[in-house]
Amino acid sequence: MKYMMFVCTDTEPETDESIIPDIHAWVAENDASGRRVLGNQLAEPSAATTVRVRGGEVLLTDGPFAETKEVIVGFDIIECADLDEAIAVAVAHPMAHNGRLELRPYVGQ
Amino acid sequence: MTTVAAAVADGWDSYGRIVATLIRVTGDWNLAEDCAQEALAAALERWPRDGVPANPGGWLMTVARNRAVDVLRRAAVEQTKLKEVAMLWEHDSREPAEIDDDRLRLIFTCCHPALALEARVALTLRTVAGVPTADIARAFLVAEPTMTRRITRAKSKIADARIPYRVPGGTALGERLPGVLAVLYLLFTRGYDADGEPAFAAEAIRLARLLATLMPAEPEVSALLALFLLQDSRRHARRDEHGDLVTLDRQDRSRWDHAEIAEGLTVLARTPVEGPYAVQAQIAASHANGTDWPSIAGWYDELARIQPSPIVELNRAVAHGYAYGPAAGLSLLAAARPGLAGYPAAIAVEADLTAKAGDRPRAAGLFRAAAAAAPSEVERRALLARAAEV
Repeated sequence: MKYMMFVCTDTEPETDESIIPDIHAWVAENDASGRRVLGNQLAEPSAATTVRVRGGEVLLTDGPFAETKEVIVGFDIIECADLDEAIAVAVAHPMAHNGRLELRPYVGQ
Repeated sequence: MTTVAAAVADGWDSYGRIVATLIRVTGDWNLAEDCAQEALAAALERWPRDGVPANPGGWLMTVARNRAVDVLRRAAVEQTKLKEVAMLWEHDSREPAEIDDDRLRLIFTCCHPALALEARVALTLRTVAGVPTADIARAFLVAEPTMTRRITRAKSKIADARIPYRVPGGTALGERLPGVLAVLYLLFTRGYDADGEPAFAAEAIRLARLLATLMPAEPEVSALLALFLLQDSRRHARRDEHGDLVTLDRQDRSRWDHAEIAEGLTVLARTPVEGPYAVQAQIAASHANGTDWPSIAGWYDELARIQPSPIVELNRAVAHGYAYGPAAGLSLLAAARPGLAGYPAAIAVEADLTAKAGDRPRAAGLFRAAAAAAPSEVERRALLARAAEV
């Protein structure tokens, strides 16, 4: 089962007193186990371009498709047996502690 | 001689078993529920006419299984799967542990924290206990189609996000069990609260009893069952003839359900005190045994240590007020004040302690203020009555 894990900032993070995991260790471990299929950090939303085609015309907009305070700063595609395993992978990611992660399953698997 | 009504009521137990096992084998929640319902419907039609079979549970399981085989055959499901379903419960006279595992799997899946809390409660009621969607909708004050959508959406999420059909093992069990117990607790309070649906308290007790049987090594499960039984025993004494709430000290103890109290105390006696439900059950037991306030105050100290919250502090102030005098209670209440801003009950407690301390005019004013902030009409009337009394 593949999940897209959106890595987002959190404008009002509650203080997490636990030790925040190291991102390099997280990547190394999940690459080694084969759970991390792909992933990367993303440039600032100000670098985004939104693309639509309407009536045959290409419409480009500067910026992300939705202006929100929380922004997507990265993504990972993870391959897990089920949601519990995916949650465990997410919990070990530093951004679960000072941002927020969204786990979205691939459709129809 | 088993009556038809009693046998059908026992079908509740079979319903959960049938649904739980059919889900595990077929992965199809709707098929599992449909087959279990059709089996119960067939029983209601045939048992009054033909008599109750010697093994009603086995009869229901066989009917549900045959129905599932029919549906799956028409859906051209692969042969191995079909055989697996057809063999279900064939050697089931001695209740293999596997079936109990299925019901635990079902409960843990319905109560998965990736589902919204209200969806968990609704799904548990619908799938484990077989409560009709219309009844669940009424208790949650929503229209039936809304509740149907909520339950359907929860089932879709279980499939789409692949929430596992499993009882978590090792440390994960310790993390997930409190969530399951919280669902049962919410269900119970839905039934027990002033405007609740009384049948839900009974469902919560049945589910807690089932869970306590399935997880005998988990003291907090037995503690929750004991807590439910002890609180529920006071149900009939909690309201007067006008439907107004009667506080514990004024309840007619002859109206308590003494069989329920006895069962609750028996369960509690063999349950080690290891968590918040056990402490709450000990408090409820102290009330059932004639309300020993110093002992209750001690239990609230313990509860404040292991599960601190504004409500616990409030109740702790009450207990200390009764055990060691109103000044002791008022002093704890003053210390807890910053956390109690959003709790109208805190004003009522202060009013009660102030009345006991002898300051009647101030107590009357506080009771009126508490009445103005009360969340329900029943409570408002009770507080105004107290204001007039002091």
